[in-house]
Amino acid sequence: MSEKYHNNFLKEVEEMVEEGEWVKMCMQCGVCAGSCPLGPHWAHPPQEIFMMIRAGKREEVLRSDSMWMCTSCYNCVVRCPRKLPITHIMHGLANYAHRLGLSPKNQPTQQFATLFWNNLAQTGRVNELKLSLGIYFKDGFAQGVKNAMAMQSVGLGMVKAKRLNPMELFGGHGVKDKTGFHAMLKKAKEIEDRRKNFA
Amino acid sequence: MADMKVAAYICQGCGLGDRLDTAALAGVAKKEGKAALVREHEFLCNAEGVKMIRDDIANEAVTHVMIGACSRRAKTEAFGFTDVAVSRANLREGVIWCQPETDEARETTQEMAEDYIRMGCAEVKKMTLPEGNPAAVTERTVLVVGGGVSGMTAALEASKAGYKVVLVEKSGALGGWAAKLHKRSPGKSPYAEPQDTPVADMDAAITADANIKVYLNAITSKTSGSPGQFEIEISTESGSTATEKVGAIIQATGFSLYDANNLPELGYGKSANVVDQAGLEALAKAANGGVIKRPSDGGEVKTVVFVQCAGQRDDTGKHLPYCSGSCCSTSVKQAMYFKDSNPDIDTVVIYTDLRMPGNGEDFYRSGQNKGVTFTKGKVSSVEAAGNQCKVNFHDLILNDQTAIDNADLVVLATGQVPNSGVDIDTKLKADIAAAAGDNSLLEAYNASQAEGAVQPISVLNLTYRQGPDVPQLKYGFTDSHFICFPYETRRTGIYSAGPVRRPMDMVQAMEDATGAAMKAIQAVENAGLGRAAHPRSGDLSFPKVRLEGCTQCKRCTVECPFGAIDEDEKRFPVFNESRCRRCGTCMGACPVRVISFENYSIDTVGSQLKAVDVPDEFSEKPRILILACENDAYPALDMAAMNRNVYSAYVRIIPVRCLGSVNTIWINDALSSGYDGVMMMGCKHGDDYQCHFVKGSELASYRMSKIGDTLKQMGLEEDRVATFEVAITDIERVPQLINDYAAKIQEIGMSPLKGF
Repeated sequence: MSEKYHNNFLKEVEEMVEEGEWVKMCMQCGVCAGSCPLGPHWAHPPQEIFMMIRAGKREEVLRSDSMWMCTSCYNCVVRCPRKLPITHIMHGLANYAHRLGLSPKNQPTQQFATLFWNNLAQTGRVNELKLSLGIYFKDGFAQGVKNAMAMQSVGLGMVKAKRLNPMELFGGHGVKDKTGFHAMLKKAKEIEDRRKNFA
Repeated sequence: MADMKVAAYICQGCGLGDRLDTAALAGVAKKEGKAALVREHEFLCNAEGVKMIRDDIANEAVTHVMIGACSRRAKTEAFGFTDVAVSRANLREGVIWCQPETDEARETTQEMAEDYIRMGCAEVKKMTLPEGNPAAVTERTVLVVGGGVSGMTAALEASKAGYKVVLVEKSGALGGWAAKLHKRSPGKSPYAEPQDTPVADMDAAITADANIKVYLNAITSKTSGSPGQFEIEISTESGSTATEKVGAIIQATGFSLYDANNLPELGYGKSANVVDQAGLEALAKAANGGVIKRPSDGGEVKTVVFVQCAGQRDDTGKHLPYCSGSCCSTSVKQAMYFKDSNPDIDTVVIYTDLRMPGNGEDFYRSGQNKGVTFTKGKVSSVEAAGNQCKVNFHDLILNDQTAIDNADLVVLATGQVPNSGVDIDTKLKADIAAAAGDNSLLEAYNASQAEGAVQPISVLNLTYRQGPDVPQLKYGFTDSHFICFPYETRRTGIYSAGPVRRPMDMVQAMEDATGAAMKAIQAVENAGLGRAAHPRSGDLSFPKVRLEGCTQCKRCTVECPFGAIDEDEKRFPVFNESRCRRCGTCMGACPVRVISFENYSIDTVGSQLKAVDVPDEFSEKPRILILACENDAYPALDMAAMNRNVYSAYVRIIPVRCLGSVNTIWINDALSSGYDGVMMMGCKHGDDYQCHFVKGSELASYRMSKIGDTLKQMGLEEDRVATFEVAITDIERVPQLINDYAAKIQEIGMSPLKGF
């Protein structure tokens, strides 16, 4: 439990979150909040998230779905008078919350991101067919069939335009040295964990 | 000037020759204006035209020159003859540029021009050449009252410019507030770290400077005289008294912190761990670069909370209503004391708006970088609990009623209160109202004095008729118009600098003090030449009084905005030339009209308005007199004309030095000689006044509010006299005001007093 308005959580963010060292430089002008196209649709705009970090509201911040709502339009970064990498901080926070297992359940952006990463990490290339099917069926088989039916004309169009290969269902293509690729990812994760003190 | 010889010159340039019958104008000058010499010229302001006038002055013994050409505000250099009296008839901006160029308008345009020629001739005949005072003397020494950073800067700057300085400091050492600081907010690039204060260096520089004489433990117990010849009595703690003669005075008496005892809700007085900013500086100074300890028990400080705007920017009326402008950077600096010694100490600044003037923004950023936490919020209370404090506040970003539970130290930013001495304005206002027959203000003032409340101590102890200190504006800061006339007070030759003038930080105070030193030097030099200070700088004319006609009514002494007039033992007014700014407010105030200037008097204006040809009531040509302040309204009229903004041809405009110089006799004269209306245009008055003479336009509108009775006696409608506030930027508005007023006069009808 971090204390209110004490720097514990801010320090944690500085150390653990990508670009987190920028949070303290926010001067609360609110331009990011005003610039965000999704601003009205989420609980805490960046300005508020940064203030909550300083106020030591660790749980509220990490369990928030606000940073998952960021679409990376970069409006906030462009307009921030302090040149804070706001988008990056939001992604950094999302990533950190995810690794701690605190991120909200059934958050669509998070689900997609997880699916995308796992898909990519398998062969080194994105398997579009498996990715789309994964998304269709994430909420169960019946919903998956419904989603597939609804999207079938788009799917067929993509097949015809050779953007989607049905054969991908059976293995699919990948990078040349798959073992080396997996070793590389493993090493990267090790380095990051060591740096950020994850076990 | 025994043999007056008037010469009139009519210019034909700038289209005057095309639009006007200049031969007829010459005829008017000759016949009605009684000019001994009349010349037309096709280009009067060129070398040849000016030479023609020069030759006439030299060869024809011309003593009074009337120039019918452009506005008196144009070609001042070409027509700046210093050896003759000069008046100007404004034919260009005043006539052809503000009238339509049509055949129908030709007649009224010509009438306008002829009237201005008549007025110019009438005026110049009543003028004499200002002589100045050949006996003017000056002391080239500057007195600086207050030995803080502002005072020391002023002293050093004046000395660098070659003037001797007397520096009076009431405490035992130079340095003032700055000497109490551990470090100062940065004054130079990169504005990232607190710096050492400049006190030691400045002190050494002053000690080494033979031009600067320092009195410590001393006060200015008596200040008499006027610019160029002040006499100062300096009393020291030991009881000795010294006398110094100086030419100008800089008051740099600084500020006191607002008393934190007024803020019990913020825990001050209840816990030793709640201090004001000075208190923290004392702790830091005691720690001498080491770790600052908790005052209550000497324990380790882990959490410090800075409460901004403590008793400031308060709209309840209980505390200071204004922002002191320097406390935010002070708090950032003080938070750095902690962060620099141990980055793990939590320092939270709770602010309403973080205001970091000048380069403070960089300092703020540096504070953020060091990990100082800034929280926008409003502190409601501070509770003491053992050796810690609970700071309750409303987080304005998160809209959260919250608290910091375990603050070891709470620092209140309480703000600046000027050390400006006695407030003489309330008394003055009461005196003016009493002179006009309204005693209520004076009674209220006397009542407030009788209550036995703590009265402020006078700083300068002036022997002036109007009181012992310089007048104050809002919140007790010394009055000085911050845009038009910074540093200037309403006491000529006395300037104020630093936080006594307005709240400010050290950077600004040093800049301020340099400016004030500059102004003091100007005052010294002007006084030596017998000239007016700002805004009529260079003016040699001076009020002449016919004391045998004076009724000792004291209106001039009371109303002079600059306290220039004292009283002698017989209670006659004593005019102090070098204190006077030549506005003429005394002339306007005098009920028996014994005060005048050589080139500006009841007579010069009165003759002008009487010289106008007022048509009879069947002519359908009304006449409206405009008395326009020459600082704002007259330039606005000129500029309106430059933009060819047309206004009524029935107005006749006379510039006045200040609306305060308007004597009600002019209004009476105008109305009884058949004018249909009188418009008076002065500057904005009130707290955010724009009047160059501070009080003139206010006094004028006060006097004119009483003119209703006179109008009634004359059987006239009240609308026949109207006052307007005009700014120099009112280029579109002024013609509109004139046209609207002309329409109103049309509605009321012609004055019944015509032809009497």
